Amino acid sequence: MRMKSTVIAASVLAFTVTFGAFMQSHAASVVSIATVNNGDMIRMQGLTDDFTSKNPDITLEWVTLEENVLRQRVTQDIATKGGQFDVLTIGTYEVPIWGNNGWLVSLNDLPSDWDVDDLLPAIRNGLTVDGELYAAPFYGESSMVMYRTDLMAKAGMEMPNAPTWDFIKEAAAAMTDKDNEIYGVCLRGKAGWGENMAFLTATANSFGARWFDENWKPQFDSEAWANTLNYYVDLMNNYGPPGASTNGFNENLSLFQQGKCGMWIDATVAASFVTNPNNSTVADSVGFALAPDNGLGKRGNWLWAWSLAIPAGSDATDAAKKFIAWATSKQYTELVASNEGWANVPPGTRQSLYANPAYQEAASFAAMTLNSINAADPINPTVDPVPYTGVQFVAIPEFAGIASQVGQEFSAALAGQQTVAEALEKAQALTADEMEAAGY
Amino acid sequence: MMAPAVFLLLVWMLVPLSMTLFFSFKKYLPLRGGDLGWVGFENYIRFVTSSSFWPSVQATLTIVGGVLLITVVLGILLALLLDQPMWGQGVVRILVIAPFFVMPTVSALVWKNMFMDPVNGLLAHLWKFFGFAPYEWLSQASLFSVTLIVSWQWLPFATLILLTAIQSLDREQLEAAEIDGAPALAKFFHIILPHLGQAVTIVILIQTIFLLSIFAEIFVTTQGSFGTKTLTYLIFQRVLESQNVGLGSAGGVYAIILANIVAIFLMRIVGKNLDK
Amino acid sequence: MARTSTIKRRIIITIVAWGVGLVIFFPVLWTILTSFKSEAQAIADPPLFLFFDWTLENYSIVQERSDYMRFLWNSVIIAGFSTLIGILVGVPAAWSMAFAPSRRTKDVLLWMLSTKMLPAVGVLYPIYLLFIQLELLDTHIGLIIVVMMINLPIIVWMLYTYFREIPKEILEAARIDGASLKSEILYVLTPMAIPGIASTILLNFILAWNEAFWTLNLTAAKAGPLTAFIASYSSPEGLFYAKLSAASTMAIAPILILGWFSQKQLVRGLTFGAVK
Repeated sequence: MRMKSTVIAASVLAFTVTFGAFMQSHAASVVSIATVNNGDMIRMQGLTDDFTSKNPDITLEWVTLEENVLRQRVTQDIATKGGQFDVLTIGTYEVPIWGNNGWLVSLNDLPSDWDVDDLLPAIRNGLTVDGELYAAPFYGESSMVMYRTDLMAKAGMEMPNAPTWDFIKEAAAAMTDKDNEIYGVCLRGKAGWGENMAFLTATANSFGARWFDENWKPQFDSEAWANTLNYYVDLMNNYGPPGASTNGFNENLSLFQQGKCGMWIDATVAASFVTNPNNSTVADSVGFALAPDNGLGKRGNWLWAWSLAIPAGSDATDAAKKFIAWATSKQYTELVASNEGWANVPPGTRQSLYANPAYQEAASFAAMTLNSINAADPINPTVDPVPYTGVQFVAIPEFAGIASQVGQEFSAALAGQQTVAEALEKAQALTADEMEAAGY
Repeated sequence: MMAPAVFLLLVWMLVPLSMTLFFSFKKYLPLRGGDLGWVGFENYIRFVTSSSFWPSVQATLTIVGGVLLITVVLGILLALLLDQPMWGQGVVRILVIAPFFVMPTVSALVWKNMFMDPVNGLLAHLWKFFGFAPYEWLSQASLFSVTLIVSWQWLPFATLILLTAIQSLDREQLEAAEIDGAPALAKFFHIILPHLGQAVTIVILIQTIFLLSIFAEIFVTTQGSFGTKTLTYLIFQRVLESQNVGLGSAGGVYAIILANIVAIFLMRIVGKNLDK
Repeated sequence: MARTSTIKRRIIITIVAWGVGLVIFFPVLWTILTSFKSEAQAIADPPLFLFFDWTLENYSIVQERSDYMRFLWNSVIIAGFSTLIGILVGVPAAWSMAFAPSRRTKDVLLWMLSTKMLPAVGVLYPIYLLFIQLELLDTHIGLIIVVMMINLPIIVWMLYTYFREIPKEILEAARIDGASLKSEILYVLTPMAIPGIASTILLNFILAWNEAFWTLNLTAAKAGPLTAFIASYSSPEGLFYAKLSAASTMAIAPILILGWFSQKQLVRGLTFGAVK
């Protein structure tokens, strides 16, 4: 009896092993791409035929995941050298850290017609470590104010090109009409280092706050942070939509497209979505302005680039490079333009795009996007000196973990479950604790 | 003949467990070069002294307790209802068990976006229809909302087990009670409820096993904010967000201890019932 | 007089039961309905129930973006083989526990159940490293093993409670008649155990199908099942309710249909020995 069941189990196992081996057997020049389920990446996936027809010997495999899941998957895989992916979609936060660890393949040898000098300097710097370009930018973004021109006119106000935070509050008050479900301002409130903390860290810069002083001491007990958070909570409680503490980029985008937000301060890439009449009910009445400031010399806008990188140890490095060169090339931009129109090309990476009259005409937001990107300074992000780089993040490995927890405290403060002072106190304590655990 | 199963489970348990123990005594930070040496009990101390630890244990127990309470009480009521003669019993039963087939990720996504969303959610529309301001489920009543979502998924399971138990009840006994003119409530408390005792224990045991490790529902809805950070989620945060494998492993060991405390507690009850 | 009152009672119960059933089923129904709307209609205020322009465009968009059949196939393979192997390992174990119990049988059984309480995320790193070493990442075989292990305790327990209900006298009678062990199992026990085995298979197939932690974390481009499919629709940019609903419907439809067709079998099996 025992023999028999063992034999059966063994043969089933043997069968599944052979089966598994069969499923894996075509792995010659396959490029496995891990990417985010954002619109531009989905579009890229739809255009793969163009690449594979030019490179018939390369097969592309896509793993498309939601942002949070993707981050955790690729980090896990690269940290353990799992080798599951040949192309990773990562951002300006990961690239310097992973590049420093020697985990990424240098892209300095991409073909010359890829034209590395055409990249926007701010973006290129963010992806370069010690002279090695470790990732190719797919699209770049800063943040800016998107506002409803019709509601501003109705309120009898005019948005300056470079508003202050005081003006934002004034305009939000004037536009709010809760009976008709119009809220003066929509901002991120959902906890997460890439959600509310991206917005709040960038905003804090313009309030003169910083994450750490020169000795890596957390600064949440500073007055500047208290001012930042008080302003934010007060603004959102009075003029924000209900449930703001669970709204991230997507939720706010959908609110704005439905005409429920007077202003929205968020990623510049959103500009093409809110002006697209297919999805947006307010497409023809959207205006743009630089992210606000407080006259301290720093504006509240961030800098980010979703980029494609190759993990060291990939067994298809050459094919992966070919793919990256295709996906981030000028030709790819033209391909998208001819298929979907100029307004839908991935923005924010190349100077040539912003010099292109066809793009300038199709994308009313082009100039403001470029100005915003150029206004961000990841090397000197704050008013007071800091030991780190990065505008809306701190480019150290511990940041994601710390900021997620800080983000939860701030989100709870926005939801009214604790006071701003309590949130800051907890943020200070947990940041100090985590930094100590990391050995600072 | 038990051997293969026991052996497999032993390997399945011991290999990862010993690796977890190994890591829990190390400073292991993958993003800072991996293994940075032995640190003794530092990770264990750091994990429990973190301000998130006790709230997370509390959140875990609240969710597990809440779901058990809701599913058992509603399960009994539902089972009693479904046991009555009616038209279309089969269809009703299908409607009731459907949530059990829905993946946790999907059900969390559906509840979060299409029901609890304070602007576009159906519940918000319902509230507005009755003239109330939309309720912000996931931030104002986060623990309750998560409990509600999980309860929805597990209610069918409880109902089915309890229904089978009720159907096995001795009809003659019930009819005799009816002839004696016993009121419905007395019938319920003196005949039906005692009969359900064992089924309820089974429901509690099986559900607890699954509920202690719920993850998707929290990851999708609140990402651990607003007091919904369970122990499982806290470990997730240490391991994957902070990429501190040593600290997370120490947390894993604590979670195993907690699970075993709950298990021993449950086994005592079930063990007795299994002997019957 | 008595007759009309029972009819009245039956009408009331039917109405109440259908009402409750529909409320419980509603989230699933709403998801299915939303999947046939355009994105703009999906968030219309007031919400649209049946009178909207039914469209299949979401399904074609989803199909265009991701190869549904591949995910479905992976789900079938992983859930199917893990259940099958689990049964093959579990039947002998449960068998010997039920028919040749020793004093430690119950301890072994309870220990098996307690292995299910290990928090998955706590052992993610160990398992991941192990899978890299064994080259099991993103393979069917790797996932089949993991999912099988997760469900094995439940399988053994369910089967045990079933087998225990088979009267031992039948076995003895067969033995006296000179039946060999083989024919004993084949002709006497198998017919009696089949309903139990069938419902164990069903329940574990459902559990394996819905397993979302390991299937997501141990797969990449090749072996990802429907849980990975859903992760690419969960919160993209822009309006997504309708597409999410379509993807959700596609992910749960196969198991929902299977569950509905086999619900009688499942109901019979979900007793866990609670019914005597």
